[in-house]
Amino acid sequence: MSKETIESSAAAIAGRVGARELSAAEVTEEALGRIAASDDAVGAYLTVLGDGAREHALRVDARIAGGESLPLAGVPLAVKDNMCLTGTRTTCGSKILENWIAPYTATAVQRLLDAGCVPVGKTNMDEFAMGSSCENSALGVTRNPYDLSRVPGGSSGGSAAAVAAFEAAIGTGSDTGGSIREPGAFCNAIGFKPTYGRISRYGLIAFASSLDQIGPLTRTVEDAALAYDAMAGFDPMDATSVDRPVETAATHLRTDLKGVRIGIAREFDTAKLGAESHACYARAYRDLEALGAELVEISLPTADYGLATYYLIAPAECSSNLARFDGVRYGLRVEGDDVQAMYEATRAAGFGAEVKRRILIGTYALSSGYYDAYYVRAQKARTLIAADFAKAFETCDLIASPAASSPAFEFNAKSDPYSMYLMDYYTIPFSLAGLPALSVPCGWVTPEGGSSPMPMGLQLAAPLFEERALLGAAHAYEVATSHATRHRPRLAEVAK
Amino acid sequence: MASDSIDVRYVAKLARIALTDEEVERFGAQLGDLLEHVRALEKLDTGSVAATAQVIASRNVERGDDVRGCLDRETVLEQAPQRQGAFFRVPRIIAAE
Repeated sequence: MSKETIESSAAAIAGRVGARELSAAEVTEEALGRIAASDDAVGAYLTVLGDGAREHALRVDARIAGGESLPLAGVPLAVKDNMCLTGTRTTCGSKILENWIAPYTATAVQRLLDAGCVPVGKTNMDEFAMGSSCENSALGVTRNPYDLSRVPGGSSGGSAAAVAAFEAAIGTGSDTGGSIREPGAFCNAIGFKPTYGRISRYGLIAFASSLDQIGPLTRTVEDAALAYDAMAGFDPMDATSVDRPVETAATHLRTDLKGVRIGIAREFDTAKLGAESHACYARAYRDLEALGAELVEISLPTADYGLATYYLIAPAECSSNLARFDGVRYGLRVEGDDVQAMYEATRAAGFGAEVKRRILIGTYALSSGYYDAYYVRAQKARTLIAADFAKAFETCDLIASPAASSPAFEFNAKSDPYSMYLMDYYTIPFSLAGLPALSVPCGWVTPEGGSSPMPMGLQLAAPLFEERALLGAAHAYEVATSHATRHRPRLAEVAK
Repeated sequence: MASDSIDVRYVAKLARIALTDEEVERFGAQLGDLLEHVRALEKLDTGSVAATAQVIASRNVERGDDVRGCLDRETVLEQAPQRQGAFFRVPRIIAAE
């Protein structure tokens, strides 16, 4: 198989496998070869599936031989390690689940397998999806394929890096406050978070249940649409899964933006991001206009409260969700003199610093005497933030903004927790409102002190359930600007 | 909004996490810093605003009371940190008289 094919899109791979020009087994060997050549340097995967992947590939080839038509036939899939895949280690990037073997498969993953994907590995992530750089993983370091001295973003940084390094064509991510969109932006990928409830969370290890949403990381918008079409839809196994027909997106990709009103929020002043980033976003907005879109100034007066709201609601929900990791039924156990001591020692040894911080802040915000002052107030702020978006969408069809507060930064650059939280300033308000949003490459900026141009991401967001319009517009922008293909990952020296 | 400083030891007890003295100090400072940031919410008038728990309207979901397949006991117990026969083994919970 040619180098061009393994580096081509999921759509192209599926087309060739479906036409029997290639077998899923051959594509899988090629993907495993890429992983063997470059993943020591990139570190995208915590587990590589090897023979397990080969078995999946043979099943796909058998289905195609049997006459089945599979929209993602033979496409190498990277699965974020907070999603269950039967018989594989599923760690959440945590020592507390370091040796846990999933006894079932997440619905979203199963639907990708049903569509013909071949899982090649489980990817690194910030522990329990809490972080924006993958540095909070207890189990490995993932590097940005465009500059190995920089982070890939997070929490879905492993999947983003795998896709960027051509070690998979589709990666699954989960996004609570920006965990798909920010690593997408950092790694020159499409990072797409659908409407809350659109894709089942069954088999996704919970962080903050009212915010968590699964979505794809890919190299093209078309691939994101194909992955979304495969994953979306009602699942009786997830009580918050939305029972509403899915409008397929891959069939409705656009090449212009005529008649589309795109809102630019007055409050999201990109000048504070520095001259180069500011110019990058100004050009992106002009390019949207050149494609026929009408730019509309909108106001999101409460968006600035997004971070404060999020850092009460998400930790509160996490403190409740992570109570299940107590050393009794699965995962790590550290013995103590009595059951209380066992719980405390297990959780002390099993959780990393960021997870402990979030559990503590959440426990505090929910504790007697503080519940109304913190948690309920944040829930009320969430109402106001969602109302601002609803009002904005009366005058526009989509909203454009930066996807992250900077390009990918160097390791250990954000040792103060709050400085890391600020990376998700632009993505969090959309998450609180449950809106579908994605990051699409919009240019390259060489960070101060950096040696390579790093990718920048434009966030596009749509009203609830308007995934088709969102992906359609992102496709028009991507095809017209071709930012993603302007530079290659810097892995040539690694592959030799 | 409350302005009390966070009693990290007490909260850690509620959260069932043992902390070292160093962690108490470090997390105390970091959480105090975060609480300063979230106090920005005091500026929002939320008096007559309803709280949002879920952004997408949801309803209670029930299923029929019928027997269905589930994970078999051996599969589940294989993941147990300690087991005894068909049970999870845990430290004594009720103290001896």
